[in-house]
Formats: sequence, structure tokens, C-alpha cells
Amino acid sequence: MARIGVFVCWCGSNIAGTVDVKRVAEEAAKIPGVVEAVDYKYMCSDPGQNTLRKMIKDKNLTGVVLAACSPHMHENTFRKAAVKEGLNPYFIEIANIREQVSWVHEDKEKATEKAIDLLKMMVEKVKKNKAIEDVRVPLTKKALVIGGGISGIQAALDIANGGVEVILVEKEPSIGGKMIQLDETFPTLDCSSCIMTPKMVEVYQHPNIKLYTYSELEEVSGYIGNFNVKIKKKARSIVEKDCTGCGDCWNICPMHKNVKSEFNVNLSERTAIYVPFPQAVPLIPVIDRSVCLHYKKGGKCQKCYDACGPKCINFDLQDEIIEEKVGAIVAATGYDLMENSLYGEYGYGQFKDVISGLQFERLLSASGPTEGVVKRPSDGKTPETIVFIQCVGSRDPEKGVPYCSKVCCMYTAKHAKLFAHKVHGSQSYVFYIDIRATSKGYEEFVRGTMENEGAIYLRGRVSKIYEDNGKLIVKGADTLSGNQVEIAADMVVLATGVIPKKGSDKMAQMLGISYDKYGFYTESHPKLRPAESSTAGIYLAGMAQGPRDIPESVVSGSAAASKILGLFSKSEYEVEGTIASVNKTTCVGCFYCRRVCAYSAISKEEIKDRNGNVLKVVANVNSGLCAGCGACVNACFSKSIDLKGYLDEQIFAEIKSLAV
Amino acid sequence: MENNIVEDVQNARGDKEYSAGGAKDKDKEPRIIAFVCNWCTYNGADLAGTSRMKYAENVRVIKLPCTGRIDPLFVVEAFKKGAKGVLVSGCHPGDCHYTSGNYHSRRKYTAFRDLLSYLGVDINRVEFSWISASEGNKWVSVINEFTNKIKLLPDNSDIFSKK
Repeated sequence: MARIGVFVCWCGSNIAGTVDVKRVAEEAAKIPGVVEAVDYKYMCSDPGQNTLRKMIKDKNLTGVVLAACSPHMHENTFRKAAVKEGLNPYFIEIANIREQVSWVHEDKEKATEKAIDLLKMMVEKVKKNKAIEDVRVPLTKKALVIGGGISGIQAALDIANGGVEVILVEKEPSIGGKMIQLDETFPTLDCSSCIMTPKMVEVYQHPNIKLYTYSELEEVSGYIGNFNVKIKKKARSIVEKDCTGCGDCWNICPMHKNVKSEFNVNLSERTAIYVPFPQAVPLIPVIDRSVCLHYKKGGKCQKCYDACGPKCINFDLQDEIIEEKVGAIVAATGYDLMENSLYGEYGYGQFKDVISGLQFERLLSASGPTEGVVKRPSDGKTPETIVFIQCVGSRDPEKGVPYCSKVCCMYTAKHAKLFAHKVHGSQSYVFYIDIRATSKGYEEFVRGTMENEGAIYLRGRVSKIYEDNGKLIVKGADTLSGNQVEIAADMVVLATGVIPKKGSDKMAQMLGISYDKYGFYTESHPKLRPAESSTAGIYLAGMAQGPRDIPESVVSGSAAASKILGLFSKSEYEVEGTIASVNKTTCVGCFYCRRVCAYSAISKEEIKDRNGNVLKVVANVNSGLCAGCGACVNACFSKSIDLKGYLDEQIFAEIKSLAV
Repeated sequence: MENNIVEDVQNARGDKEYSAGGAKDKDKEPRIIAFVCNWCTYNGADLAGTSRMKYAENVRVIKLPCTGRIDPLFVVEAFKKGAKGVLVSGCHPGDCHYTSGNYHSRRKYTAFRDLLSYLGVDINRVEFSWISASEGNKWVSVINEFTNKIKLLPDNSDIFSKK
């Protein structure tokens, strides 16, 4: 038999001014199951809580209903008080008679009626309440970071410096991501590799970081605190521990023509055995088996093997699968740039001197194919006039993507500025839609490019580019003056839009996190939980979430790291016990619940007899993943799932209490 | 069982005495049951309170974690127990605390409306609305407008209230 105590709070005159609290308590006392109903001036005060605790003890209460302020205010306060008297916290219910009665109504009679109704509902609900234990999940205190760009590196370093082991997985032969390809960075013009390489080396040398380059994630299973991951370490054909990075192998490789360098965005060539760039971390080469003569010609060429002093080249090495157990994952898979060839009118691929922003970045860089001297890819001449076109693909719902790529305004301004610094007397033209320079020092930077470096900004689009007598003729509109313009340029640089890394959708599916229609990972909450994915234990960082610049990527890496360090600071992960549970006797295994679960929290469980024969397959809720939304409850045809704390019978009891 | 609809509808059609409100409470204010989600609409209603806005007293709020948890049978049950109107309200599309619960809810109600009408419930008595945690004023106007609408409906437009 239920023994329920009711407390009606005055909240000074906040409630008592509009609601007849004495009458509410009197009416409550008449409800079957209520052993005592009292009113009190301030239930949340210490004496108020003591009254509550005393009654729980003296009357041996099985449930408590407070008619007071919103549960979002003091539910926790009263739950804690109940726990101190040994009552399960989920036996506390609150009827919200302040925010939803006394503050919004003026008619005392009607307000009192409503307060009594709300109280009755909660009394009927609490009769059906069941003890709920919070879920405790053990934690494997090790993190996995996917992606070795700046945000992944930042996340890995922050976690590792917090004393937690980190596994960093990078697909490419070296870490560094897109940032290491950049020349100088806006708005301070720091040299990118000067600020990036120390971080890369720190990662490599950090005792808490295990680095897997040239490796990919194969499989992820498990849940927060307990992920099992399989990492495919692709065969480099090099025994890594013996390699000194001397370079004898790649210097002798005969395959030095016709293989484009990925790092230099096709502006130079590389060998079959190669390191992507001189400062690569780790400085260990990779044999590209798709072009290496040894593999293509049946083992005839082994010049690199012969040249190698420590004899660390092994052509027979195979891919390895490494299994690891981790407690949290950071997805920092980065971005790609759109295909420039989408815009035929700009002649990308047709004219050698129409290049992408990232290619121009390589032309500016001292470690680039031209050692930092700006030269035309077609004839090696120094250009005097360059046309920059912004929003190539961005903000173009017709052919490209509707969103803004965020970094192009700034890097184009930087390109124009650096071009002016490198080639004196040169002229830049920039076609733009709007200038978006909103972070610290950005607006001043763009102004500087316009005013000090003399770049001419033209608001409008380019309609056509064609070659004439060694020049690229750029035809476009200047919408501010209303004129058609025609510029004879030596080079054209396209600021191509940012898109998610190829395969990011597959990665999201593997991780069980959600992504938007473009393929960018979506945050658990766009404003309040920007570092977390929709799946507990998986965090997001960098451009994988959407376009952002370097400082923002670094911040997001640190944010993900701090979330993980916070998670690992406790011995167990604790979540509210108000989650779904399956009645395995009635479950028929249709798994409609799985289709609606946004958290992949429902798995298949086999029920076996003593001989190990599978009797049936039923749904099983993973308590570490379930967020307690209750969508599965309504998807269940056989009524075999219920949500603790919001059981069907509790809700029906609430409705029933209102029967007239 | 709590929700034996068929029997209840038969009872109502058979002109049996039915306890769930109706003509005998003609002078009583119509009661509206609102099923709301914990994260958006419940907070929106709280905001109306902290902003001291005023609205009709007819609404009785039942809090659930998400609109995705709201079983259509809750709505039927509410009418059975004498509610004159039912409001379902949660986070705006795209803002669901649980990513997609409000979409499930929306789909369910698109299909459920017809069934409700078949059961004999005037679908004007069911309101579906998105109210965010910052829309205290929208909560107020939705409640006031819905209450007025319910009051204007003929009392016997709902099979559950026929005697």
C-alpha cells in the first residue's frame, strides 16, 4: 500500500498569493494513499527539507509529491534530501504550481482548482513509480583520435598532457593534415609549418601517444567507456623501427616522373617510395605499390632495397589489423575541397594557369615545388596580374553547396597580400560576393590587402575565362559600378569550397554518429554541446563538423579533449536511470525500435536454451548508449519496451486522475 | 487494460452512461490536457511563468522526455477521461533534444488524425504545435487560442462526450 506524503509549498507569497495552499493540502489529504499533507512556507529551505526528511522517516513514506516550483528548479534538491533518508530519489514527484499556476493565473479559485488537479496527477503517478538505479558504466581510460590534422593533434596532445593514453590514427603517411600544406596563416602571417611541425614532433615523442600513420579505422563496436576498435595498419613495405629516414631510397627511385605529389596538389612529382614532404612525421617512407616497378614488373627493380643501409625495406610486408580498447573517441576527419572542374567556364584543368587556392598555397611556400617563388605552372614565368575568384562552389545552391566555406575570404586576402609581397609591382583582382571577415584582426587584415597592397576588389561573378596570346582573359561583372569588366591575367586562383572528407559519411556510419545532408558531423546540440556527437563517448573536432579556420579548429580539438578528460576524471560513467527497458518475454524481435533509435542503443540479443540453441532473438537496450527519449516505446508493436520514470502505466494514471 | 478503446467506443455509441465528462458538466470549464516534452515546451511554459504572463487556466500539463514518447493512446485516453482538447507540443523541427523524436511524433500524428476522426473525435480538438524553450509568449497564445477554439466547439462534437 502506497504511503505518500504531500507537501504544498507557499514559496512565500509567490504561490500562496494566488493559490489557496491550505485548501490544496486539505484536498490532497483526501486522496487515497496519502498519509499526510502539509503546507510549508519554503520547502527548499533547510527547515523545509528537514520537514520532508522527518516525514519520510516517521511515516515510512513510499512516495513524496511536492506542489512547488518547476521540477527544473528544485527536483534535485528534494531528491538528494530523500536519498539521505534512504528513499530512492525517483519516488519524488513535483507538481509545478508556481511557474505553471500561481505566476500565470490571477483567479484564485481557478488557480487553486488547477493546483489540486496537478497535485492529484502527481500523486497518482508516484503510486506507480518504481525504484530506479542510476546506470554505472566502467571506463577504459584510453582515447582514440581519428585524424592527425591540427584539431586531431590538439585533441591528442591535450588528452595526453592530462595523463591519459591516446591512440592517434592518420590515414596519410604523415600527420599534419591540410594545415601543413599552407604557407603562411592569416591574419598574423605566421608560417604554417613553423608553428605546426613542433606540434607534430611533440605528438611523435609524447609518451602517452601511440601514433598509427598510414592506417585506417576498420571497425568500431561497443559504447561509451568501452569501445572496441580495429585499426588497419597499411603495409608501408618498410620495417619502421629500423628506418632512419636518411632518404637514400627515395633519391635513387627511378619512378620520378608522372607520379603527382599529393602534398603539392599535383604541381610536382614524387617517387614511388616517398615521404610526402621533408618534415613528415614520422620521417619514414612509404612505397606506393600502385606505381612501384618492383610490384608492377614482378620484382625486377629493387634499387631502393640495394641503397638502403639498415636494410629496412621489406617488399612482402602485409597489412596488419590492430585491435584496441578505448573509452572515448574524437572524430577529427577533416575536409576536402570541391572539384574545380565543376565550373567549366573557369577552365580549370583546361588552362594550366587556372589553379586552386591550395595549389597557390604550395606555390607560395618555401617548401613547395617552386621554393616559394611564384611561377606560372604553364611556362614558369613570374605572373604580374592574378585574378582571384571567391565562392567557387560555396554559396551556390545550383552547382555547388549553399553554405559559406568561411575561410576563403580570408585566405584570398592573404594570397593577394603575399603575392604583392613576393612580386613587386604586381596587381591582384578579387571577385567576391561578400567579404566575411569576422574574427579578431580579420577585418583589418582584409582592409590592409585592399588599402596597403592595392588589391582591387570587384563585387561580382566571373562568367568566362579564355586564353588569348598567353594571357587568361577573365570576363566578369562589377555589380557595384554596373559595368562588365575584362581583365587580362597571367594566372587565375579559384577559392574552392570546403566539403567533408571523402568517406566521412561511411566513417559516421561506422561510429554510429549523425551527419547532415552534406556529410558534416552534427553536434549533440548545436549551441550547448558543440564538442559532442549524438552518440555518448564520441566527440567531434575540426572541419569534420563544418567549415572553420585554424583557431576554431584548435579550440574544438581542446574542447573535445576537455570533455574526455572530464569523462575520465571519474572512476565510472554515471547516467540517469530513466532509460528504456525491454520485456524479453514478450519481445517478438521485429526491431522496429532499432529503426527509430537515434543512439544505436538497441542491439540484438539471442535467447538460448541450455544446449545453446537459439530460441529467439530479442531487443536489448544498452544502458550506456540509451538517452531515455522513449521513441522506441512507441515504435514497439508488442508493447515490450517501456521507459523507466515515464512508464505507460504512470502516464495513464496521470490522465486517469483527471477523470470527471 | 487501461486502453480498451473498442469497448469504450461501443459504450459511448450504445448510449450507455459514460463517466468521462460531458453534458452533466456543461457549465464546467473545458479541460485541456497538454502532452509536452521536457526540453522545449515545458521550459517554454516555465518561461511564461517566470515572465509573469497570464493565460487561460484550462490546461493540465503532462511532462514527457520527448514528443517521440507520446503514445497516440495517451491522446485517446485523455478524451476518454473527459478532456475537451489535447495539445501535443515539443521542440521545433531540427531542435529535438534527442535528434529526431519530434519527427517521429509528427509522422505519427499525421497518420493518427484520421484514426481519431474515425473514432469520433472532432479533430479540431487536437492541436499540434512546436514551442521552444524561449517561446513563453507562444505558449501563452497557443493555450489561449486553443482554449477559445474549444469553447466555441459544440459540446457534442465529440463522441466521447455524448450521453
